Amino acid sequence: MSDIIKLLEKNGLVFAFLVVGLIMYVSYYISKKITKSRIPGAAIAISIGLVIAYFGGENGLASIPAFSGMAILGGSMLRDFSIVSTALGASFTEIKKTGLVGLLSLVIGTVVAFILGGSIAFLMGYHDAKSIATIGAGACTFIVGPVTGSAVGASSDVIAISIAIGVIKSIIVTISTSFLAKPLGINNPQTAMIFGGLVGSTSGVSAGLAATDLKLVPYGALTATFHTAMGCLLCPSILYFIVNAMLR
Amino acid sequence: MKIYGVAILAVCFLIGQIMGQFLGKAFQLAGNLGGVGFAMLILVISNDYFKRKKLLQPETENGILFWTSMYIPVVVAMSASQNVKAALSGGWVAIIVAIVATAACYSLIPILSTIAKKNKNI
Repeated sequence: MSDIIKLLEKNGLVFAFLVVGLIMYVSYYISKKITKSRIPGAAIAISIGLVIAYFGGENGLASIPAFSGMAILGGSMLRDFSIVSTALGASFTEIKKTGLVGLLSLVIGTVVAFILGGSIAFLMGYHDAKSIATIGAGACTFIVGPVTGSAVGASSDVIAISIAIGVIKSIIVTISTSFLAKPLGINNPQTAMIFGGLVGSTSGVSAGLAATDLKLVPYGALTATFHTAMGCLLCPSILYFIVNAMLR
Repeated sequence: MKIYGVAILAVCFLIGQIMGQFLGKAFQLAGNLGGVGFAMLILVISNDYFKRKKLLQPETENGILFWTSMYIPVVVAMSASQNVKAALSGGWVAIIVAIVATAACYSLIPILSTIAKKNKNI
């Protein structure tokens, strides 16, 4: 048994591929069969990740030697690398078609989420700029939070909170979009783009729009992708800088 | 070849990181300011350029798309390696922030679409 554990530890990254592959399979199965695709598989998978991290230690599941590879696969290098690659799906020529309002929705969506998240964090007892910025960034998406957190050097538990915020947000968006589409007027490409830009959360926006009107998915997903890029650009730089200056 | 795509992605990533690092130094703050965001912008801009010049082979693009498809699995691995036990003490923050931020963003949709309708020309 100890030989096997040693082997898994030595081949940590490869074992992590297997573990994550299994989590993904189970999650997408649950998503499809039990929630009838109402909750996206991605949101379930990330939630399962957070739940199993609870049974580990300071580094979550990766604290257990056999699972140490999870920290390599989910470490900041591969994470940032794969996040950058998602920008391939976005095109400037496309976003130009939404015009100034598209850009405005991106900036407003990011800044409003950041300010609200940061203020609530401050009110609930987080008084250092790193934690406030990370939680504020988490209010954008579950990517912007950890990217900001590791960029400014926040602690792992604050980063975990910022991921949780993003995941809860994506679940709320997924479930509520089809109910709120009518009162909010999400029935044309332009409003779908504004919606994606304001709310962010690519998986939530795409799943929510898919339940509303399949034709609107690419429009919302497009601006939502830009929302993550905008968040990764603004939160750890200008916005963190402002928070830092305000607390001094 | 797929590796060309991965290499292009690596160049964008590294330039972005260098810019972020430089910005961090410039403002005398620890860490990397917006490196990932810069890298994404560089990739979007160079992708637009390559597309216009028809320089990007589908196989090259596949090298980048592989990493796009690894994005959620990587995020799952990241979530599984966080200090969740310590984070649970702040569980209420997560729930409250998520609800308030989402509600605020939703409430802005009608406002922005009204602006969009009024200014069809911009």
